[in-house]
Amino acid sequence: MRIGDVVSVRTETPAHHHRTPWIVKGKTWRNASITAPFFNPESRAHGGDGLPKQMLCSVEFRQVDLWGARYREDARDRLLIDIYEHWLEPQ
Amino acid sequence: MSDDPAHPGLQHDVRLSERAKRAQAIHRLLVSKNIIGPDEVAEVIERVRTRTPADGATVVARAWTDPAFKTRLVEDARSAVLELGYRLSHDAGLAVVENTARIHHLVVCTLCSCYPTALLGPPPDWYKSFAYRQRAVVEPRAVMREFGLVLDEGIPVRVVDSTADLRYLVLPRRPIGTAGFSETELAELVTRDSMIGVGEARAPA
Repeated sequence: MRIGDVVSVRTETPAHHHRTPWIVKGKTWRNASITAPFFNPESRAHGGDGLPKQMLCSVEFRQVDLWGARYREDARDRLLIDIYEHWLEPQ
Repeated sequence: MSDDPAHPGLQHDVRLSERAKRAQAIHRLLVSKNIIGPDEVAEVIERVRTRTPADGATVVARAWTDPAFKTRLVEDARSAVLELGYRLSHDAGLAVVENTARIHHLVVCTLCSCYPTALLGPPPDWYKSFAYRQRAVVEPRAVMREFGLVLDEGIPVRVVDSTADLRYLVLPRRPIGTAGFSETELAELVTRDSMIGVGEARAPA
């Protein structure tokens, strides 16, 4: 995964704890930055050790792509959200 | 009833809610299984409570007066903040986003209440409310207006949804009319809300 890559967020909804909000599932835009590796919360929430660590990517979306006509503010507005790399698929 | 970790010995005459009883039972279990030490929760609460937005304001004032520090802060906030002598837990990620005349950042945690407690102390109740968490992402300007902030025409908004171990602090714009101000004077103008993005730094009196 590199900065500027176009990525989509996976759409599944696993039964276990995960930190990928529904508002970005299935949405596509660009990887704005790769921040750092962090313990995997999906493992830690259920007694695991969080390993291997997952890279956290800051992915940027256009608000109008997330909300469609429901978004009534500036069309240039963005949402920047941190998503673990294993939730991202390169396009 | 002396095992409330935050107030040992002070619970004799207080009727505990079901939630408080459950929290105490979990605490006793964690201690008896040696998962945490007997004083660990109290220590963490104390550490968070002693941090206040004044810590974040000091960092912001330094960034306003020292361009090289500001560059380091935006590129690698953790190292820059450690450089100023702040303590951060070993795995806490920190990022700083800069508000300018061309972009305004607003921070929210839609999933829970992730917040840069190391620099701002505990989050305000509204930051944890469903209303803020739902609305900040879909109508940020409407939310900011309710806080009294009306952005200049034409400034795009970038909402930062902090969903993980990386916590975000906003570096607000330096108010006009503050040339020659000392770092201490500048820090007094930096509000908590301006470091979340629902406000701006105060104008000088």
